Amino acid sequence: MAKRIDVKDLDIYYGDFKAVEGVTLTVEPRSVTAFIGPSGCGKSTVLRTLNRMHEVIPGGRVDGTVTLDDQDLYAASMDPVAVRRTVGMVFQRPNPFPTMSIRDNVAAGLKLNGIKNKKTLDEVVERSLQGANLWNEVKDRLDKPGAGLSGGQQQRLCIARAIAVDPQVLLMDEPCSALDPISTLAIEDLINDLKSQYTVVIVTHNMQQAARVSDQTAFFNLKATGEPGRLVEVADTQKIFSNPSEKATEDYISGRFG
Amino acid sequence: MSTLSTADEAVATRTVASDAFGRKSGARAVKDQLARALMWGAFLVALIPLVWILGATIVKGGHMLVDADWWGKSQAGITARREGGGAVHAIQGTLIQAGVTALISVPIGVLTAVYLVEYGRGRLAKAVSFMVDILTGIPSIVAALFIYALWVTTLGFQRVGFAVCLALTMLMIPTVVRSTEEMLKLVPNELREAAYALGVPKWKTIMKVVIPTSFSGIITGVLLGLARVMGETAPLIILGPYTAVIATNLFGGLMPTLPTMIYQNYSEANQPAIDRTWGAALTLILIIFLLNLLGRFAGRFSKVKS
Repeated sequence: MAKRIDVKDLDIYYGDFKAVEGVTLTVEPRSVTAFIGPSGCGKSTVLRTLNRMHEVIPGGRVDGTVTLDDQDLYAASMDPVAVRRTVGMVFQRPNPFPTMSIRDNVAAGLKLNGIKNKKTLDEVVERSLQGANLWNEVKDRLDKPGAGLSGGQQQRLCIARAIAVDPQVLLMDEPCSALDPISTLAIEDLINDLKSQYTVVIVTHNMQQAARVSDQTAFFNLKATGEPGRLVEVADTQKIFSNPSEKATEDYISGRFG
Repeated sequence: MSTLSTADEAVATRTVASDAFGRKSGARAVKDQLARALMWGAFLVALIPLVWILGATIVKGGHMLVDADWWGKSQAGITARREGGGAVHAIQGTLIQAGVTALISVPIGVLTAVYLVEYGRGRLAKAVSFMVDILTGIPSIVAALFIYALWVTTLGFQRVGFAVCLALTMLMIPTVVRSTEEMLKLVPNELREAAYALGVPKWKTIMKVVIPTSFSGIITGVLLGLARVMGETAPLIILGPYTAVIATNLFGGLMPTLPTMIYQNYSEANQPAIDRTWGAALTLILIIFLLNLLGRFAGRFSKVKS
């Protein structure tokens, strides 16, 4: 199920602007990798190249390779839509579809891709909501609008929606930054559970969170103001937080940044 | 209002506050009153012509509408000097032409807006947007003359109802494009990204997520645009002269409408014709009012649930 991601010499551009330079890293299957670093250093940009979402922004393109179990995501024959079915994504702000009920939100990925069998859909909805630790809270109101849930529930609904299409990899772009501590804890527990089935990559501004949930941590930083962002160091989370090899990493995690 | 009064109370109870901090400044209170008076004054002035027109039309035309014949008969065989007959021929003509106009304009307008918001990049999009701006500024008489030159002078056809529809389409498309464009822009980008991230292709994202989310707004815009073209008169005078009988063929013969009925009867100096002028005017106002009401009501049928 879960797949391994290899990123090699990745440069990311928006038009002529080089946003990120020279990223090389490997994400093992069934592990959680955290991207940390200051705002604007390109963490989210790198994350979005892992399912070709950065191409949604006009002028977005890359040099270098991203492979998923030896399949080149940027091969000329590769369909970005197919990539996104394999590599799911959860966004910073919960974004359930406002026109749809809870059930339809979870089933959206399947329904919009033409699966109509009600029994299959019902099974997927229940399995995904259970997978996102939301089933018990919403099982009696599946037909109510998804936008009526609390922020934390909405975010778990979005995670349920993302895992309903059976992705190999789950990308999370600051999934807890709009949530209160209790909802954050619920999501972190969930990430721990998801690890057994999926490869998870999470961007976070919260270093305690990175330390709590991830197996591997990558620290990104700008070379200098106006320069492209780059990957400073990637290693086991334990090592990054106790004994980083780069001084910049140590300065950042100990709060002596800048 | 409630926040204002609680703020005032708070100021009143805070007796320990120093003068400069706690008390409302006199100059500001005067300015506040002045701005308030100005605002209400402007509102009332704007209201005067509206109430006046509505009042005059109801007083002078209301009695025509309570007659059952008004809604059931045409003016066939009735001269300007005789009373009687109805407006059903003109009502039918207006509704048919408005319907056909909407049928042509709505797909073109909505799809243009989808192109501009979802796909349009670079020169072509700028050119299209510019053209829509120009089209918005075209006076209705110019649109009418353009269609006359095309339909009658160049192609050699007769003046028929469909030619009117074409001219009205030119006037309706830009309003539909602009209102739909605004509604589509209101759909947060996060929803599009959410759909893309599920592996949903772009066209399906537009069909199943973007348009349903903005559906009620699009409908409201379409109905308001329709209400606007229904009252247009210049294209009707040039391309669709009045006739007193029921005519439903868009491609042959003359087709009466409410604006041309008003125009025709207004030019007669007899009381029955003048009564019919006011009656037709009130009927037109009523239909447009109903459409506007429907447009507002469509907002309630929004598919966005919360």
